[in-house]
Amino acid sequence: MPKLSDEEIKELYRLMVQTRVFDEKAWKLQRQGRIGTYAPIKGQEASDIGTSFVLSKNDWIFPTYRNMGAYITRGMPLEKLLQYWSGDERGQKIPENLNIFTLAIPVGTQPLHAVGLAWAAKKQKKDVVVLTYMGEAATSTGDFHEAMNFAGVFNLPVIFVVENNQYAISVPRSKQTKSETIAQKAIAYGFNGIQVDGNDIFAVIKATKDAIEKSKQNNGPSLVECVTYRLGHHTTADDYNIYRTEEEVQLWSQKDPIERLRRFMENKKLWTKEFGDKTFKEAEENMEKAIVAMESLSKPKPDEFFDYVFANQTNSIKMQREYLLKYLDEKEKEIRFP
Amino acid sequence: MSQMNMVQSINQALAQEMERDQNVLVLGEDVGVDGGVFRVTEGLLQKFGEERVIDTPLSESGIVGTSIGMAVYGLKPVVEIQFSGFIYSAFEQLISHASRIRNRSRGRFTCPLVVRTPCSWVSRGLEHHEESTEALFIHTPGLKVVMPSNPYDAKGLLISSIRDPDPVIFFEPLRLYRAFKQEVPDEIYTIPIGEANVVKEGTDITLISYGAMMSSVLEADEILKGNNINSEVINLRTLSPLDKDTILKSVKKTGKCVVVHEAPLTCGLGAEISAIINEKALLNLEAPVIRITGFDTVVPLAKLENNYIPDVRRIVTETKNLMKF
Ligand SMILES: Cc1ncc(C[n+]2csc(CCOP(=O)(O)OP(=O)(O)O)c2C)c(N)n1
Repeated sequence: MPKLSDEEIKELYRLMVQTRVFDEKAWKLQRQGRIGTYAPIKGQEASDIGTSFVLSKNDWIFPTYRNMGAYITRGMPLEKLLQYWSGDERGQKIPENLNIFTLAIPVGTQPLHAVGLAWAAKKQKKDVVVLTYMGEAATSTGDFHEAMNFAGVFNLPVIFVVENNQYAISVPRSKQTKSETIAQKAIAYGFNGIQVDGNDIFAVIKATKDAIEKSKQNNGPSLVECVTYRLGHHTTADDYNIYRTEEEVQLWSQKDPIERLRRFMENKKLWTKEFGDKTFKEAEENMEKAIVAMESLSKPKPDEFFDYVFANQTNSIKMQREYLLKYLDEKEKEIRFP
Repeated sequence: MSQMNMVQSINQALAQEMERDQNVLVLGEDVGVDGGVFRVTEGLLQKFGEERVIDTPLSESGIVGTSIGMAVYGLKPVVEIQFSGFIYSAFEQLISHASRIRNRSRGRFTCPLVVRTPCSWVSRGLEHHEESTEALFIHTPGLKVVMPSNPYDAKGLLISSIRDPDPVIFFEPLRLYRAFKQEVPDEIYTIPIGEANVVKEGTDITLISYGAMMSSVLEADEILKGNNINSEVINLRTLSPLDKDTILKSVKKTGKCVVVHEAPLTCGLGAEISAIINEKALLNLEAPVIRITGFDTVVPLAKLENNYIPDVRRIVTETKNLMKF
């Protein structure tokens, strides 16, 4: 059991509930056409939140599309997350004071960036640990192995967190790798890999803390495999009934990480029904506020997507932008005065 | 004949070719149990079994690289890359090997594989899920590049691609998958690779396009007709090798040409078409060849998506302007 104060344990519970509320509401918003495709994290909250919770403010995370729990734990405003999922790229502009990298959609590509940032931090003698998230299928990519190798060779302060949620869309873990565990892959690269129960937030925290400690003492990288389960569909475009049974989902529902933490807290007299209700209510209020905030944002200006092609606008980009604006203007006039 | 959408016609093409030729196999992420994330390979696992319909680990480079080995050794892999925006880790395998094995081995080894992959803009897509990167492949010697624009073409072109002795990148415009149905013959037929289709004959101007933009071009053509502009419409079907003869024949007749694609402007296929016309039909031209394309930017997400993709109005306006040249 890692050392955690009662307040910290309550905070963990609050973060997990907030993430669950965000997740379930985001799903509904997609169904109502208010945001686009969304990838739920339901069931993986302990892995996501436990790993991020123990980082210091100057540490970094490199997330994927599924790490809303990590984002929330590190303080990303909920409305920014919603803004992104609604198809407004300004939502991915991470606030300056948060060390979170933009999320990677191409699977397995971001661990290399995490390794690079850790390398830079080491060269600059900064006290920084970098944590990169991925699903188990990312470990099938070449980039993942290159990242592991570089991290090992240059002894870098990186933690590879693999949320092994048993499926890559429809492809089960058994078809992804013949390795008995994901954790053992680290051995080949000369550093520690540990497999933990990813639905036990304390196990996750202990493993991550150990990895951070090790990195801080210049002992290099670690891999933490969190064995967990995606309780929802892969995304709002997926139907898990095609590739797995409801019984299997039910079985894993009984290991719901939030319920597990709740029971622990109840035993320790840290959880009362009143506290639970209040936590949910607050999480829902936060979410409602975020939705209002997201939906009252003004639309990006029509040519906003030209702004960040380069630092300095090239002549060609300038001409194309002017063309678009002129075209839109004429189009609007035509519609107004047909 | 049956009414089919593009998902169904591609599915039928795959099933019929697998039936006909034991060496054809399908592999990729989620192509088996799931039937593909767009259900294009639905039912194939049940029909042909796990040896021929293979759910692979997540690795585009792995899928394409091993398919090269299989193709060299007598099999006909039909690879599915889940989105063309995820093909890049396989780029090295395609560019450095698949496209060159025939040349490098002076014909001793060949690489007849097909890479099927959804492409093009789709409403409310995520980043990397709405890319039009055909030019990267067109630019590579030794790769053929095909992009159908309707269910009928998709079936005939895919069958030809599977039978082709060289590697073919078969782009499937995502927004056409279920956009409309069409009469498609139930029997096997082929549409030759390397030949464009003159969809409609005309005399005033040549409109050239391919893939999902064909629908917009045809819609624009209807409006232009109402404006007394009689355009000739060409559907390229194959992007590499390009059917220069059909393009030149048409432009020599009409003297004007508009190329429409949603891929970015710079070094897009439109540039190549314009160059060919300049080289071979300059004196027939009555106006410059113009391109109506996407911009040289990342495809914006939902909030600004309509500002990126060339719309019907833009095709009509630009064509009318060109007629006045
Ligand atoms: C390189 C690449 N190939 C394919 C995809 C499409 N895709 C998105 S998620 C996914 C499965 C990923 O599984 P895993 O890495 O285990 O993470 P999970 O989604 O389960 O969290 C696939 C195939 C992608 N995003 N990137």
